[in-house]
Amino acid sequence: MKALMFGWEFPPHILGGLGTASYGLTRGMWECGDMDITFVIPKPYGDEDRSFAHIIGTSQTPVAWRDVNRDYVESRIGKVMSPELYFRLRDHIYADFNYMRLNDLGCIEFSGRYPDNLLEEINNYSICAGVIARTIDFDIIHSHDWLTYPAGIHAKQVTGKPLVIHVHATDYDRSRGNVNPTVFNIERDGMIHADHIITVSNLTRRTVIEKYGIDPAKVTTVHNAVVPLSQDLLDIKMPKGKEKVVTFLGRITMQKGPEYFVEAAAKVLRNNHNVRFVMAGSGDMMDKMIKLAAERGIADRFHFPGFQKGRQVYEMLAASDVYIMPSVSEPFGISPLEAMQMGVPSIISKQSGCAEILDNVIKTDYWDIDAMADAINAITSYPALYKQLREDGLAEVNQITWDKAGKKVIDIYNKVLGR
Amino acid sequence: MKAICFNFEIHQPFRLKRYRFFDIGNDHYYYDDFADDDIVTRIAHQSYIPAAETLLRMIEENKGQFKVSFSISGVAIEQLQQYVPEFIDLLKKLAATRCVEFVVQPYAHSLASLTDPDEFRQQMEVASAQIKDLFGLKASVARNTEFIYDDDIAPQLAAMGFKGVLTEGAKHILGWKSPDYIYTAATAPKLRLLLRNAKLSEDIAVRFSDSSWNEFPLTADKYMDWIASTPEEEQIVNLFMNLETFGDHQPAGTGIFQFLEALPRFAAEKGVSFVTPSEAIAKIKPVGELSVVHPISGADEARDTSAWLGNELQDEAFRKLYSVAERVRLCDDRRLKQDWWYLQAADHFYFMSTKSKADGAAHSMFSPYETPFQAFTNYMNVLADFIVRVEEQYPLSIENEELNALLTTIRNQATEIETLNKELGSMRKNIEQYNVEHKLREPEEEAEPKAARKPRAKKAEAKEEKAVEAPKCKPGRKPRAKKTEE
Repeated sequence: MKALMFGWEFPPHILGGLGTASYGLTRGMWECGDMDITFVIPKPYGDEDRSFAHIIGTSQTPVAWRDVNRDYVESRIGKVMSPELYFRLRDHIYADFNYMRLNDLGCIEFSGRYPDNLLEEINNYSICAGVIARTIDFDIIHSHDWLTYPAGIHAKQVTGKPLVIHVHATDYDRSRGNVNPTVFNIERDGMIHADHIITVSNLTRRTVIEKYGIDPAKVTTVHNAVVPLSQDLLDIKMPKGKEKVVTFLGRITMQKGPEYFVEAAAKVLRNNHNVRFVMAGSGDMMDKMIKLAAERGIADRFHFPGFQKGRQVYEMLAASDVYIMPSVSEPFGISPLEAMQMGVPSIISKQSGCAEILDNVIKTDYWDIDAMADAINAITSYPALYKQLREDGLAEVNQITWDKAGKKVIDIYNKVLGR
Repeated sequence: MKAICFNFEIHQPFRLKRYRFFDIGNDHYYYDDFADDDIVTRIAHQSYIPAAETLLRMIEENKGQFKVSFSISGVAIEQLQQYVPEFIDLLKKLAATRCVEFVVQPYAHSLASLTDPDEFRQQMEVASAQIKDLFGLKASVARNTEFIYDDDIAPQLAAMGFKGVLTEGAKHILGWKSPDYIYTAATAPKLRLLLRNAKLSEDIAVRFSDSSWNEFPLTADKYMDWIASTPEEEQIVNLFMNLETFGDHQPAGTGIFQFLEALPRFAAEKGVSFVTPSEAIAKIKPVGELSVVHPISGADEARDTSAWLGNELQDEAFRKLYSVAERVRLCDDRRLKQDWWYLQAADHFYFMSTKSKADGAAHSMFSPYETPFQAFTNYMNVLADFIVRVEEQYPLSIENEELNALLTTIRNQATEIETLNKELGSMRKNIEQYNVEHKLREPEEEAEPKAARKPRAKKAEAKEEKAVEAPKCKPGRKPRAKKTEE
C-alpha cells in the first residue's frame, strides 16, 4: 500500500513531540511490511533517516517553471532531492505562481519551524502539496496535525483519494480553552473533510467529538509509542549526589502546568530538605516561573537550566530521581515514556493521554499539588517504591512499541479503503 | 456417611484515611472512620445480618442437624460492635444454639505467622479470649489469616493447644490427593488439617450467579448431588467462604439465600450431614500426613503468599512494620498497641499488589486506592508516623536486650513497691488496732510501736534507692508514668 504523509517535523530536526511521533509511527508502519510511504515535510536538511520512507521537501518542490539543467539542480538540491524527482514535479505544476516570492528553482522558501507568519507558510505548504499529489502515485493521504490539514484536503480534492488525519493535539490543549478561531477553523475543516480521524489518546478523541462536533464513528484512538533507546544513551551515567533530583522537562507554557510544579516543590521543601528541583526547557512562562520560585523562597533549590536538546535530555534524565509532568492538558505526552526508558520513576497528571496506557507511574490531578508533593516525597523517601516504579516501569515501557501502533493505523487504512 | 463442614469468614480491616507526608509527626489518627462505617454497615445489612438470620432459622428448623462454623477477625468484631451491634447480638443467639462453632484467627488478620511467632501467638490468644468473652465458647480449632499454613506454623498452633486447623486444599500441595479427607500435620502429628474444597466452595462463592458458567443456574438439588456423588470413602467436604458471599458477592436477587436454605433438605435426602470442625476432627480418622514446606494460602491463582508479599513495595512495608514489633510489645501505651494491630491487617499489603489479569482485578476490586503505589505511599506515611511514636517511647539507639533488662527491673520494682505498700498498709492497720486495743495502757506500751515502725522506714529507703536508679534510663519513665495515670 502506498501512503502519502504530510508532516511538519522530522528527526533529527525537531521542535516538539510531533516530529518524534511522526517518525516513530512511519517507521512502525514500515516494519509491518508492504508499506511504501512518502513523507512530505517543509524543509529537509538531508540528514534524515530515509531507510523506510521517501522524504520530499516542499522547499524543493517547484511551483513555477524554471529552465534549469540537471547538473544545476544536482548541485543546488542534490543533497535532499534527486534531480529526477525535481523534473517529475516540475512537469506537474498546475497553475502560475510566479506572483509569489520564488527562488531560482521556482520553489517557495520554508522555515520548517513555527514562525510568526505560520498561516502563510501553511498555505504555501498546501500549494506545494498540490504539485506533489499530482506527481506521485499513492492510495491514501495521511496528515499529521493541523498545519498539514489544508495540504491533505488539497491532495484529496485533486486526486479523490481518501484522507486520514492524525490529531496529535488540538488548540484546546494548547490554549487551556481559549481557542484561536483561525486555528480552530483549520482544525475543524480538516476533521470534516477527513474520511477517518486518528487521535493519540481517548482524551483527544473526546475533545474532537465534543468540541469539534465530529461523528464518533470516524474517530479512532491509536496511542503513541516510543522508539527503543540506543545502548549509548542507556549507558549514560551521571554523578549522583546525596540529594534527590526532581525534573520537569518540556516547554514552559500554560499547557504544561509549570506553576503547579513550583507550588508542589514549595510544599515538599517545607518538610524535606533533601531535594532539588529542575525545570528544564524554555517557553513564554519561564520568567514568570522564575519569579514564582523566588516568591516562594525556594530559588536556592529550584533550578532553570534552559532548553535541553539531544543527548543533554538523556543526561538530565540520568541524573534525575523523579520525572514530573503536571500538564493541564496533554494529548499524549511522550516524555514520561522516555523518562521511564531511562529508569526514572514518573509522576504524571491524569489529564495527559499517556496516563491511559501507563500503569507503573504515579498519577495525580494537575491541580492537586498536595498529592503531587506527596508523591515526590514518597518516591524520594521510600527506596522500595523507587525501585518498583523503576523496574516495572522499564518493563512496561519496553512493551509500548511503534509497530503495534503502526499495525492499528494500517488497519484503519484498510477500513477506509474498503479492503 | 458424608458430612459438610461449613466455615464462614468475616473480616473487615480498619481502612486508612488519606495520610499525607506532611501529616507525619503531626497527626496520629490514621483511620477513615467514615469509609469503615459506610462499608461495614452496608455489608452488614446486605449480607451479614440476613445471612445470620437465615442460618439461625435453618438451625432451628433442622433441630440441631444443621451446623456451621464462623471465623471472625478481632478487628472485624471491633467494627461490628461499633457500627452494627445488632449483628453481634445475632451471633450470640447463634452461639447459644450450640450448633455453631467459632474458629480462631489472628486478632488483627495479620501476616505475623510468617515472620513473628510471638506476635502470632499473642494474637491467637487474644482472639480466643475474645470469643470466650463474647460468646462463651472455647475454641479448639484455628484458621490462620487467609488460610496461610506451612510446616513451621503447625507446631506453633499445636503448642497453643489447637486440635485442628483449617487451610486451603491447594492443588500444588495435594497433587493427586483429595481435600475431602482429614490429614495430620507432618510437623505436629496431633494437629489435624481440614482442607478447603476449592472447587465446591467457589461454585457457590464465585460462580453461583455467573450466567456464562455451563452449570448455571446452580440449584441446591444439583449441588447436593455433586457432593453425594463424590467417592464413598471421602467423608468430609469443607466449604469455606466469606460470609459476604451471601448477599454481597452474590446479591440477594440471585437467589443465594434460598439456595442456602434449601441445602439441608436435599442433604437429608441424600444422606449428607453437617458437622462443625471440632466434631469432624473428633469423628473422622485422618488418612495420612501432609507436609507443606512453603506457605500456602487461599488467595490468588498461585495459592501462596504472593498476594501480600513478593513485590518490592510489599516486602519493604512488611519489613519496616515488623522491625518495631518487639518494641511495641514492650510498651504498654494502649493506643500504640491498638494501632499496631490495625496496621498489621493483611489487607494493607494486599492493596499494594502489582499483579495484573484476573488476580489484579480481584486486588483492585477490594482496594480503596487507585493504584498500588498510592496504597504503598499512604501506608508508609502512616507507618513512618507510627514508628516515630514507637521511638518516642523507646529510642532506637538502645538495644532491645538492654531495654528488656531495664524494663524488667522497672516492672519488678512496680510489683515490689506494690507488695511493700501492702505491707505498709497492713502494718498501719496493725498499729491502729494495737493503739485501739492498748489505748488505756498507752503510756506503758509506747516503746513498741516505734520498734514496729523501724523496719518500715528501712524498706521505704530501699524503695527510694531503686527509684533513683530508674530515672537514669529515660525510656522507663514513660510507661511507669502511664501506669500510675491509669
